[in-house]
Amino acid sequence: MTDQTAQTRQEVKLRGIPGAPGIVIGPVYLHRKHDPAITARTITPGEVNRELDRFLQSVERSKKELTKIFDFAEKKLGADQSQIFEAQLMILDDPTLFDAIRKRLLKERKNVEVLIQEEFGKYHEMLLASKDEYARARADDLDDVRNRILRNLQDEKLVSRIDGSRIIVSPNLAAADALIFSRNDVLAYVTEVGGATSHMALLARALKIPAVVGVHQVATLVKPDDTVIVDGYNGLVILHPTPESIRHFEKKQEQYHSFEETLSALRDLPAETLDGHRVHLAANIELAQELDFIKVQGADGIGLYRSESLLLGRELFPSEDEQYEEYRRIAEAVFPKHAIIRTFDIGGDKFMAAAVRENNPFLGWRGIRVMLDRPRLFLDQLRAILRASTLKNLAVMFPMVTSIKEVQLAKQLLTQAKDDLRARGIAFDDAIKIGVMIEVPGAAIIADHLAREVNFLSIGTNDLIQYLLAVDRGNDIVSDLFQEFHPAVIRFLRRIIERGKQEHAWVGLCGEMAGDPMATLLLLGLGLDEFSVVPTVLPEIKKIIRSVHFTEAKHIAERVLTMQSEDEIKAFLRHMMKLKFPEIPIG
Amino acid sequence: MITRDVTIRNRAGLHTRPAAAIVKLAAKYKAEFWIEKDGVEINGKSIIGVMTLAAEQGSTLSLRFEGPDEGAFAEAMAQLFESAFGEPT
Repeated sequence: MTDQTAQTRQEVKLRGIPGAPGIVIGPVYLHRKHDPAITARTITPGEVNRELDRFLQSVERSKKELTKIFDFAEKKLGADQSQIFEAQLMILDDPTLFDAIRKRLLKERKNVEVLIQEEFGKYHEMLLASKDEYARARADDLDDVRNRILRNLQDEKLVSRIDGSRIIVSPNLAAADALIFSRNDVLAYVTEVGGATSHMALLARALKIPAVVGVHQVATLVKPDDTVIVDGYNGLVILHPTPESIRHFEKKQEQYHSFEETLSALRDLPAETLDGHRVHLAANIELAQELDFIKVQGADGIGLYRSESLLLGRELFPSEDEQYEEYRRIAEAVFPKHAIIRTFDIGGDKFMAAAVRENNPFLGWRGIRVMLDRPRLFLDQLRAILRASTLKNLAVMFPMVTSIKEVQLAKQLLTQAKDDLRARGIAFDDAIKIGVMIEVPGAAIIADHLAREVNFLSIGTNDLIQYLLAVDRGNDIVSDLFQEFHPAVIRFLRRIIERGKQEHAWVGLCGEMAGDPMATLLLLGLGLDEFSVVPTVLPEIKKIIRSVHFTEAKHIAERVLTMQSEDEIKAFLRHMMKLKFPEIPIG
Repeated sequence: MITRDVTIRNRAGLHTRPAAAIVKLAAKYKAEFWIEKDGVEINGKSIIGVMTLAAEQGSTLSLRFEGPDEGAFAEAMAQLFESAFGEPT
């Protein structure tokens, strides 16, 4: 017993995916989404009326809950992004569905739980069988409504009120539930499922609440009221933190706060080394709401705008006009600096998970592959980007490219989009810059060929490392094999940067590695032209770049390239950082 | 009884928003309202029914109205389809 207690108190560090920035320390509120357990019963004729009442009451209660959620979503997210909740509400008024359940209750005298399951099941099957992706995705909405009614039938309340300030930990928090919880004082969200662009993560960012998603097993490892540390910058969750860890993170918290003040002096200074080597230090953003923040942080424009964030909470691709508005807003906000719009990167774990079931989505239909198969959607997006490009500060970038052919096809579509606009007499930047993401080893190997087709390469290290080292970093068993500083990764980076530059393309890096202070000197020394980082770490990276000589960084990179293990490389870089920047916290 | 054939004109087809628009309009009328596509007929006042039709752009639906206000109902519904639900075509 004492052993167990001692064990459970030991600090546990869990790695997830950064969902929304911020560091908090606080008590856990454990939320489990209802998983309906259903037992079949036969209803006696005398019980029929009571069973019917029970059913109607549960529907009424569900309506009340959803109405609240819908109203709140409309206020917080706007009409477009709350459509899904309105549709769910209408399902609760559906005459066909409810007549069928009522009639079968009278005739077959099965308990309503079973009838609900079966009647919803019929439509669920029909939707899943549909050829249409959107229709298939709606099967999830049906599930949510069904589960809501079942929960209310079993008299379990929707707990949306929590006492005090809490960190919500859940295996599978639905966006609707996250939204409703946010009326309380939520310190942070931690979920087992989800990726950086899951609805949950995007929602947390829109709500400005720190979040870490994709933290495996977290809900089984914590207990209610446990104190945990959530680091939304680095995707870390620390259970049973030691007093030292708490002090460390409190200090980090303070540091992040004080960065805004002490480093604001850096804001208008370029990211330039002591010997005059200038790089671009840009920001990664997902939501236009972040635009103000990146200005404060002194970014050289936007190195990665994840356009798929436009799909947040909606079931349809936004129209050309809607997209144009958004891209235009970004172009104007960053002018005269540039912004790189990455075309929709869907698939993998993003957005279409329910619609297209693949055994191995990361090796499946995603990124440019999806868009080339959906040329009409792609053309809408390309026209929208072109129309927004008249200030001549937008660039377009294609994700998940693996071959020259894909780039050529994408470029053909871009030409077609230009022709369309010309025919319509609409202005655009004919010389708009084109780039590709290098996030697949195959693309890295042909980086020189790809570079000849485009103006720039942008290295997506998150995926590149996973594919290169065959490691799913969301998989606990092997996640420590996901090594940013693996010698193979460093050699690969050097190769991509050299080959790109040989062909006169500039080379950027927009993965998390660009924002890791321990990697800055190395990347600088490898000759990277653009660092694109989450806005929060931008001043820190700028400070490092401004405090060294480029020649020194090149020496460091040369040294690192001779090293044979990640441990050796990290020890060396940590040592260099401690020596030069004792005040910067590194992992 | 009135029947009308209509075509789905908007690009995205009969997804949730248009389905909701159809059901909301239908709720204002007393007459019964049925939608048939490829031999399958569903109650046009049921959002789940309309959603499961999953009708794509260009598909033809047959609408059937039966009841006291069927004339006005058919007219209003045909107009809604004609407007492509206010979405891009």
